Amino acid sequence: METIIKPKKGLADLNFKELWSYRELFYFFVWRDVKLRYKQTFFGIAWAVIQPFITMMVFSIVFGKLANMPSDNIPYPIFVYAGLLLWNIFSNSLNYASSSLIGSANIIQKIYLPKIIMPAASVMVTLVDFFFAALIFLGIMFYYSFMPHFQGLLLLPLLLLITLFASLGLGWFLAAVNVKFRDVRYALPFFIQLLIFITPVIYPVSIVPKAYQWLLALNPMTGVIEAFKAGFLGTMPISWTGLAISAGMSIVFFIFGLVYFLKTEKTFADII
Amino acid sequence: MYIIEAENLSKKYVISHKERGIAYSTLREELTNTVKKPFYWITGKKKSKEDIWALRDVSFKLEPGEVLGIIGPNGSGKTTLLKILTRITGPTKGKAIIRGRVGSLLEVGTGFHPELTGRENVYLNGAILGMRKKEIDKKFDEIVDFAGVEKFLDTPLKRYSTGMNVRLAFSVAAHLEPDILLIDEVLAVGDISFQKKCLGKMEDVAKQGRTVLFVSHHMVAVRSLCKNAIWLDKGRIKEKGDINEVVRNYERSQMRKQDGFSCITQRDLRKVENPSFYISSVEILNTKHERINVFRYNEDLILFVSFAGNSPYDKYSAEFHIYNELGQLVSMGESGMHHAKYFGKEVKKIKIEIGPLALTSGRYRILLRVLSGDTCYDMWRNAMDFSIIECQPFETRWEIPTYKGGVCILKHSFHEID
Repeated sequence: METIIKPKKGLADLNFKELWSYRELFYFFVWRDVKLRYKQTFFGIAWAVIQPFITMMVFSIVFGKLANMPSDNIPYPIFVYAGLLLWNIFSNSLNYASSSLIGSANIIQKIYLPKIIMPAASVMVTLVDFFFAALIFLGIMFYYSFMPHFQGLLLLPLLLLITLFASLGLGWFLAAVNVKFRDVRYALPFFIQLLIFITPVIYPVSIVPKAYQWLLALNPMTGVIEAFKAGFLGTMPISWTGLAISAGMSIVFFIFGLVYFLKTEKTFADII
Repeated sequence: MYIIEAENLSKKYVISHKERGIAYSTLREELTNTVKKPFYWITGKKKSKEDIWALRDVSFKLEPGEVLGIIGPNGSGKTTLLKILTRITGPTKGKAIIRGRVGSLLEVGTGFHPELTGRENVYLNGAILGMRKKEIDKKFDEIVDFAGVEKFLDTPLKRYSTGMNVRLAFSVAAHLEPDILLIDEVLAVGDISFQKKCLGKMEDVAKQGRTVLFVSHHMVAVRSLCKNAIWLDKGRIKEKGDINEVVRNYERSQMRKQDGFSCITQRDLRKVENPSFYISSVEILNTKHERINVFRYNEDLILFVSFAGNSPYDKYSAEFHIYNELGQLVSMGESGMHHAKYFGKEVKKIKIEIGPLALTSGRYRILLRVLSGDTCYDMWRNAMDFSIIECQPFETRWEIPTYKGGVCILKHSFHEID
């Protein structure tokens, strides 16, 4: 094993061989976060289910019943829960990833490791939440005797991949910014709350005026959530262009986040 | 083939002189600075920034199995050098090639999480230190055994005592078995007994023929562990070579620094409880009446003690206590009780000769008291410090430090009879 230490120059630093050798640590970080997430909580892992379920209830009452939000002719709880499933991966990823570095400041100051795996591990943790939340989704559909469409299930891996790419990119970016500017901690929850309103989770894209739909499309989660609803709930034909724009945007986010992270990474240990 | 080759390693820190001493900033600050900058440019007032070279052109080569000491005063770049070699931070210039796995004995407990159990923490910490899961599996029993926490393996770490926590942490780090071990004694934590254990372990490792870089202020430990040393001063290598040579020169320079400086201590009057009669200053000298506070084994020392105020009694006696770095009382003397020697109240300065100092090497502290009969007028706890270096009474190269050699070395010899 030979290591060469020299001044770091941004992107040249991405060493895949090294990343591969740290895969076990990556796994340990994911495992640690999953373990810690619900330690010393009364409901334990049930929280992964309770949170989206209650959100779904609140949205169903406020938007579905009171505001009479159109839901493409399917029960509103199913409609909104389908959106929340993917949305939660994204929003929780940003939350966890953004604090992953400053939460492990002592490790960064004392030990060398490719820091890029830390926000990435936080993002992976949300998949565990997704799994449990998805089980509840089955229950809700069963309750309403709703038959999902098979097409959506086939599409799901691709949708998850796009969601993960977008989450990783933004997660890296926010984590890196948070090291330098602690403002992120305060601004982010607020930002995420606003973001859900420009994502078609609680409403269908169809109620947005045509002239503004392109704006929604810039949000990588728009195409993903629309495609999931279309494919899984069979509300309408899948908008492949919308999905392609989402995929494109998530790749843009991914590359932007990665580049920003690698550019700032070398200073982390000095300023964290 | 060298195991470490360092070439012109340099590290620059940019220190911006702002009032708050934190490295990270808020967006607001950054934005206001950007807005203000043009004005600074016009008025010629720049945001004051200063380049600090924590390390400058440091080059050295290390053979496998070599134990290298790194010495130097605080802020000389020792820790920065280790941080670069462990890749925690990158150099600004220069290059180093490291052929092997690097570990550090003092990164103990990094990544430990109080909510996780002992078992979970061993795996997590091991992985953070760079161990494979298989490796941890294999050494798990050994690690737990060494730490002595078998019974509490499935208890969350937050229920552990500090001692158990530290033992477990140290045990994981000690089982890493790196090719190159970096030890920063400055970072050593824990109580005296744990530090002793650490030092003991470091010695074991160094003697096993592993490559070790040892950063320390403890000249005695450095001298007994290392063959060669690098002396860093203000980020540059001041001297490198044979350990004895480098340490001697380093200590000589440190002594010169202390010359006439900390060899006289003036009393802080705010700490005098009874201002009517008190010890006002103390001066430490060698037998040639040179001001010095570093002595070799078996040398003598002289104290000049001055008094101030007016004694309500006619006579007083003086007393000294010597404590070692472990806080043990090593020796004491009292003029009245031991020598029936009393000073009249007009006497304002006395001389105490102490020696030969048959002490183990380390740091010592002198406490002074002034009494009349059983009444203590004044006590000065930290009146003076001195060090014993080169405690090598038996013409061997081995140092005998306080932490393992006991309080003093009595004259002794061994003989064959039968």
